[in-house]
Amino acid sequence: MATVEEQKTVFDMDAANMLNKELRDVFASGKTRSYEWRISQLKSIIKMCDDHEEDIADALRQDLSKPELESIVYELTMLKNSCTLALKELKHWMMPEKAKTSLTTFPSSAEIVSEPLGVVLIISAWNYPFLLSLDPLVGAIAAGNAMVLKPSELAPASSSLMAKLLPEYLDSSSVKVVEGAVSETSALLEQKWDKIFYTGNGRVGRIVMGAAAKHLTPVVLELGGKSPVVVDSDIDMQVATRRIIVGKWGCNNGQACISPDYIITTKDCAEKLVGSLKKELETFYGKNPLESKDLSRIVNSSHFARLTKLLDDDKVSGKIVYGGERDEANLRIAPTILLGVPQNSLIMKEEIFGPLLPIFIVSKIEDSFDMINSGTKPLAAYLFTNNKKLKEQFVMSVSAGGVVINDIALHLAVHSVPFGGVGESGTGSYHGKFSFDAFTHKKAVLYRSFVGDAAVRYPPYTRRKLTLMKALITGNVLTILRALLGLS
Amino acid sequence: MEGLEGTLAGVRETFESGRTRSIAWRKSQLKAMIEFVQDNEEKIFKSLDQDLGKHPVEAYRDEIGVVAKSAKHALSCVQKWMTPKKGNLPLLFFPASAQVMPEPFGVVLIMGSWNFPISLTLDPLIGAISAGNAVILKPSELSPTCASFLAETIPKYLDPNAIKVIEGGIDVCHQLLQQKWDKIFFTGSQRVGRIVMTAAAQHLTPVTLELGGKCPAILDSISNPNNMKVIAKRIVGAKWGSCSGQACIAIDYVLVEEKFASCLIDSLRKTMKRFYGESPRESKSICKIGNETNFKRLLNLLKDPLVQASIVHGGSVDEETMFIEPTILLNPPLDSQIMTEEIFGPLLPIITLDNIQESIEFINSKPKPLAIYAFTKDETFKKQILSKTSSGSVTFNDTLVQFICDSLPFGGVGQSGFGRYHGKYSFDSFSHEKAILQRGFFPELEPRYPPWNNFKLQFIKLAYAFNYIGLILLLLGLKN
Repeated sequence: MATVEEQKTVFDMDAANMLNKELRDVFASGKTRSYEWRISQLKSIIKMCDDHEEDIADALRQDLSKPELESIVYELTMLKNSCTLALKELKHWMMPEKAKTSLTTFPSSAEIVSEPLGVVLIISAWNYPFLLSLDPLVGAIAAGNAMVLKPSELAPASSSLMAKLLPEYLDSSSVKVVEGAVSETSALLEQKWDKIFYTGNGRVGRIVMGAAAKHLTPVVLELGGKSPVVVDSDIDMQVATRRIIVGKWGCNNGQACISPDYIITTKDCAEKLVGSLKKELETFYGKNPLESKDLSRIVNSSHFARLTKLLDDDKVSGKIVYGGERDEANLRIAPTILLGVPQNSLIMKEEIFGPLLPIFIVSKIEDSFDMINSGTKPLAAYLFTNNKKLKEQFVMSVSAGGVVINDIALHLAVHSVPFGGVGESGTGSYHGKFSFDAFTHKKAVLYRSFVGDAAVRYPPYTRRKLTLMKALITGNVLTILRALLGLS
Repeated sequence: MEGLEGTLAGVRETFESGRTRSIAWRKSQLKAMIEFVQDNEEKIFKSLDQDLGKHPVEAYRDEIGVVAKSAKHALSCVQKWMTPKKGNLPLLFFPASAQVMPEPFGVVLIMGSWNFPISLTLDPLIGAISAGNAVILKPSELSPTCASFLAETIPKYLDPNAIKVIEGGIDVCHQLLQQKWDKIFFTGSQRVGRIVMTAAAQHLTPVTLELGGKCPAILDSISNPNNMKVIAKRIVGAKWGSCSGQACIAIDYVLVEEKFASCLIDSLRKTMKRFYGESPRESKSICKIGNETNFKRLLNLLKDPLVQASIVHGGSVDEETMFIEPTILLNPPLDSQIMTEEIFGPLLPIITLDNIQESIEFINSKPKPLAIYAFTKDETFKKQILSKTSSGSVTFNDTLVQFICDSLPFGGVGQSGFGRYHGKYSFDSFSHEKAILQRGFFPELEPRYPPWNNFKLQFIKLAYAFNYIGLILLLLGLKN
């Protein structure tokens, strides 16, 4: 980071306005629309990831003490996969889709053309600073837009690395990076964008959507929520707990939007579950998890304070059955399991977004549905069971961005299903083709010729025209014939 | 307002009971909707005549017919739409299955508009019902007869615990927007669209905004006089034939090469005479101006002396009956209001260009319209229009008909709105696509778990790249 000293001019409203104008001109030139431009940019992202794997892992270590494997797997490999898929499928995605036409408009042909929205803004989060910045960017590029990326200031090393690398690898006239915090973001949000893609929390999500409303800009909001895990009896408890552990602590130490937030299980299961969690946690992270190199730290002191406050809540502090250790100087909190915390405690009022995992006991496993549905809709809902009926009920009655049965977070890596929230967990989706669609306008195109002009469409209107009109709109050949022959 | 909150709580309770999710409920409501329009055809004709002076043929074509067609289409497709779609999975996840399952959002608010008070209220409702939502309908108070007709009659046909009609003006809208909805579907102006979206942001509610804009018609050189006749009919139909220009996809202005302008005006005049007779004021085939606000706004557009001077046809106004004669203007100043805001009434400016190619730049200098119409036989020009302009839809050689194609998404882009509906898109517009991944407990891949080491890193990298041969080599210790 030798360039830190570089003089930085203030990024204010005027600067944001100029940047926006500049990008509008570039977009208007048509450069970003070409297939070749999109392909070259996607290839460059892969190259950037390959060339700078270590730099990126370093930045993530600085920002979050993220274990190298997590950095490489969940940020870089996922990202490269998105690029590879887009490279392979782009031609197909860009192709106009034929649409059927009916007798009513005969003779005609119709198609749906995918066109870039224009100039888009991507505001990203600190927990997966590379993936959550560049994965939406892949969609925006694939769809042929010009764009601004605003990485999170809470992961400063990652932010400045992206600000340095992106202009080196990507077309710097069409893809811009703006670093900064609240004031820079506010300046950006004042501008008119053709789409805003925001990843973060509901509070800022509301601000983003409110700002977008002034310009009638569509938004994608990738938020979070309290994603529940329901654990049924009669399952392979060891496999389940291992999957829960890597999904919770093995993904940025619980600081992930699809991280399990709490567990619901039955009484007879709870003991076995806690026992198994303890055992596997120790296998994974050793006797002193505060020292483990395989766990991320808490991102900053304010989040550390927030999490310790949740733990120090009177209703909660006595319920720790595992972990609870913390190291304020190094911003570390050990994987912590809580059993029997009351539902009105602080920890159940907000998304935990950290290494604390409360377990709730219900008398019947089906009662978990009501408990989940009494809260806001989560981004993900997980269920471990071998009971087919329970699976069906869960899928039908729990509303969440995504549902995973017998695993955690794995849907994130599946490109054939959309990733996104519902209700408080957000709106809009991405991944795979859905990313392309998120940044694309689907233009309806209808081709007609000058023949096939029915007089019935035009005034002066008569009763006979009404009869024929009815037949035409229903598109029923027989009725049309009858009407034409004056039989009805 | 306690009454409103009580109503809303009741509707939410109905949704939570799960009733609206069943295919039987959805189908019964769609059938009831078809029955509703069939039984009440005459009443709807009468209401539309009262509010807008809409002729039954126009009313059937643009309102009743649209609703009947959409409901029938939805009825025949809803089962298919509801079926979860399979997602492909990498072999590595085996055994597993992925699905995308549409689920209803919950309780949704639909705000209709006054120009097509039946179809623009009930067409979205068909989507909301097909998707299994509970609905509050807010018809526009500016078409009061239709609004009260809907409020009175809908509960007799549709499940009154799940679908409610709430009448009222700005106050009621304001109160409705304070509530938490799972989706808001709004049809109307940009100004109100902003208000709706700002309110929705407070609750993170997704919105569909069906707005309008200045929809241009491009007229390329057409030498065939028969073609010209057809074009004139289609232009007249798309300006005055649909609620007297008070339609979001009505032609706002025409772009034509200077040398064709007089021929166009001539054809339009002849066609109008054929359609509306010598005195359009007496014609039953043309709507009146919907309300006083719009009437005054339109008069105001005409007040500008330079605009007045550009009138080449019509221009007369009857304040008493709120009638504005079909009016053609030739080259009104481009900075006059009539060319900077959506006209939404029976005034048609014709703008002449030296070369029709300039139309692309002209359109791009304005906000993105809901529709672009282009009359041309030139395939290259068609391609240019498609790739160089942006709009909700593009229709070549015709007007308005894109609205009744169930297979085409209907909706705007930029200032003309976002989100789309019609056919399957209506269903999608009111559905959340839930991603579902199901796995078994076996086989279990050891390298997924910490403590991390280099072997596990290599393994996962290969796994992500779906490099199965590499994986085997690694497992056999043949690769490092």
